Amino acid sequence: MASPVLELRGLRKHFPVGARLLGGRSAVVKAVDGVDFAIQPGETLGLIGESGCGKTTTSKLILLQEVPTAGTIAFDGRDIATLAGAELMAYRRAVQVVFQDPFSSLSPRMRVGEIIAEPLEIHTRLGAAAIRARVDAVLELVGLAPDVASLFPHEFSGGQRQRIAIARALVTDTRLIVLDEPVSALDVSVRAQIINQLEHLQRSLGVSYLFIGHDLATVAHISHRIAVMYLGKIVETAESEALCARPMHPYTRALFAAALPSHPDDPPAERTIAGEVPSALALPSGCRFHPRCPLAMPVCSEVEPALRLRDGNGAVACHLY
Amino acid sequence: MVRAVDHVSFGLDEGETLGLVGESGSGKTTTCLSIVGLLPRGARIVGGSVRFEGEELTRKSQRELRRIRGRRIAVILQDPMASLNPLFTIFRQVAEPAFFHQQLRGRTLRARVQHLLRAVRIPSPEWRMRDYPHQMSGGMRQRIVGAIALAGGPRLVIADEPTTNLDVTIQAQYLDLLKDIQRETGVALIFVTHNLGIVARMCDRVAVMYAGSVVEQAPVRELFNTPRHPYTRALLGAVPKLGSKDPLYAIAGQPPNLASLPTGCAFHPRCPEALPRCASETPVEVRAGHGSAARCWLVSNGLARP
Repeated sequence: MASPVLELRGLRKHFPVGARLLGGRSAVVKAVDGVDFAIQPGETLGLIGESGCGKTTTSKLILLQEVPTAGTIAFDGRDIATLAGAELMAYRRAVQVVFQDPFSSLSPRMRVGEIIAEPLEIHTRLGAAAIRARVDAVLELVGLAPDVASLFPHEFSGGQRQRIAIARALVTDTRLIVLDEPVSALDVSVRAQIINQLEHLQRSLGVSYLFIGHDLATVAHISHRIAVMYLGKIVETAESEALCARPMHPYTRALFAAALPSHPDDPPAERTIAGEVPSALALPSGCRFHPRCPLAMPVCSEVEPALRLRDGNGAVACHLY
Repeated sequence: MVRAVDHVSFGLDEGETLGLVGESGSGKTTTCLSIVGLLPRGARIVGGSVRFEGEELTRKSQRELRRIRGRRIAVILQDPMASLNPLFTIFRQVAEPAFFHQQLRGRTLRARVQHLLRAVRIPSPEWRMRDYPHQMSGGMRQRIVGAIALAGGPRLVIADEPTTNLDVTIQAQYLDLLKDIQRETGVALIFVTHNLGIVARMCDRVAVMYAGSVVEQAPVRELFNTPRHPYTRALLGAVPKLGSKDPLYAIAGQPPNLASLPTGCAFHPRCPEALPRCASETPVEVRAGHGSAARCWLVSNGLARP
C-alpha cells in the first residue's frame, strides 16, 4: 500500500473549562481523546458521529486551527508540528477545507473570482493572467462557467456556492480536502449533484477527502473507509462495504438502526437506543458508550476497550469482540 | 405578487399521516400556515378551501381560529429554541393550552403537565418542569414542544421538519415517540419534510410539492414503487441508499424562484423528459385509484414510465 497522505496518531485535544476564581477545580473537556487514522492518496475517509463527538475538533486539528494536547499528525510521513516556513506553507496549500454552510463561508464583499484567487495570491507568485487562467480552470472543473468570476456570492444558490467553495479548495495543489458536512445544508436534488461532482473530481484529480457527516447513507456512499466516532474516540473503523454489511460496535449498530429507510417496505430497525450523548465534561468510566449500550456487561463500566482488529478488515473497540 | 402556493389539494383521515415533501421554497410551510391561519402579514389565501372536521377554516375570524389552534390543531416547528420562550419555565409553557382551553387550575393543572411530560418521555417531570428551556438538550426541547402540542388534545398535529436539528439517534427516538402517541390518541399528522427516509418510515400518504404546487400524491408504497412525476423520480433517485455505491441520479439546475416561475409546468426546465407543450401549458391533475394523482403532461398523455 502507498504511504498515507495524512496519518493521525494518538491525537488528543483537551479544553480546560470553568474559571478557578474561587478555588474551584476547573474541568476538562476531552473533545478528542486518542484518535488514530490514516488517509491514503485518492481515498475518502468518512468520519461519522453525532454532535459533540469531536468530529469538528479533529478537523480543526488537521487544519492547524487548534494545537493538539498530545499525539501527532503526520503529512507525507512528517510531523506537522515540526514544519515551519516554506514547508508549513506547503502543508497549508495541500490541505484545504469546505464547510457546511456556503452562506457564511464565502465573503459577501468579494467577487467569486477574488474568493477563488485569494489562496493563489497568498501562496504563489503567479501573475494576474496566470491566476485568471487557473481560476477559470477550477471553475470549469466544478461545473461553473468562467464568467461567474465577476459575480458576488449572493447571486448564487446554495448548491452553486458550495461549488465555489470546492473550487477555492482545489485552486492550490490540493492533496486533501476536509469536507465538513458539505451537503447537509443543501436541498436533496442539489445534494446529489455535489456528491457526484466530488466523486468525479476525486477520480480525475486523485485528491483525498476526509468526509465528515452524520448521515450514514451519504457518508457510506461517498467513502471508501468509515471511522465511527463517539465522545472523542473512534469506536469502529472499516471499509465502507464491510461496515454496512456487518456493523459490529453497538454504537455503530445503533446508528444503522436510527438510519432512515429508503423504502417503506424496508425491514424495521432492530431497536433505537435510549438516552442521549453524555456531557463530555463527565465522561462515563470504562467504555464511554456503556450507559447507553443495550449489550453492556459489568466489565464495560470498568475497563476502556482498545481498538482490536475486526473480522475481514478494520478495527472495533468493544469488549464483546 | 408571489404565488407561494397554487394548486394544493389533499385530505387526510383520523389517525393518518400525510407527508408533505419538497425542497426549500416549494411552499410546504406556507401550505401549513394557511391551514391554521398563521400566514405572515401581507400574505393571504386568494382562493380554495380548508375544511377541518367539516368546518370551513378559511372563513373563520382570527378569534375563532384561536379556539381551534392549540386545541384541535397543533403545530410543531423545526427549531424548538424558537418555539419555547427562554424566560418561562417548562411548566408554564406546557400548562398554557390546558389553562386557556380546558380551564384547568392548581393541582389538576400540575398533574396534567406532569402527565404530558411523561407522555413525551421526560424523566422525573415533577422536577424537570421547573427548569427553563436552556437547561434541556435539543432532543428534550423538541419533546417539550411535542408536549405543548398535545396539551389541548388535538385531532391534527402539523409537524414542520421537527427533527431537522436533531442527531440521528435522537431523531429516531422522536419519530418512534410520535408514532406511539399517534397510536394512543388517533391524532392525524401532517409531516412536512424534505427527507424521503422520514416519509418512508412515518407516512401513509405522500404529497410531493414543487414550486408551490402538489405535483404528485399517492399512498406511500405506490409513490415509492411507481413514481409517476419525473420530479418524484428525480427525488427518489437523488437519495443515497445505504450500502449502495451506485451513482446518484442528479437533476440539473435548482428549484425556481417563486417570483419568476417558468411558464407551463414549473419543472419543465429541469425535466429530462419534457415535451414541447410542457413549456407553454400548465399540466392538469390526472387522478388514478387509491387517491393518487399527478400533474404532468406525460401522465396525461399516457407516456409516463410505469
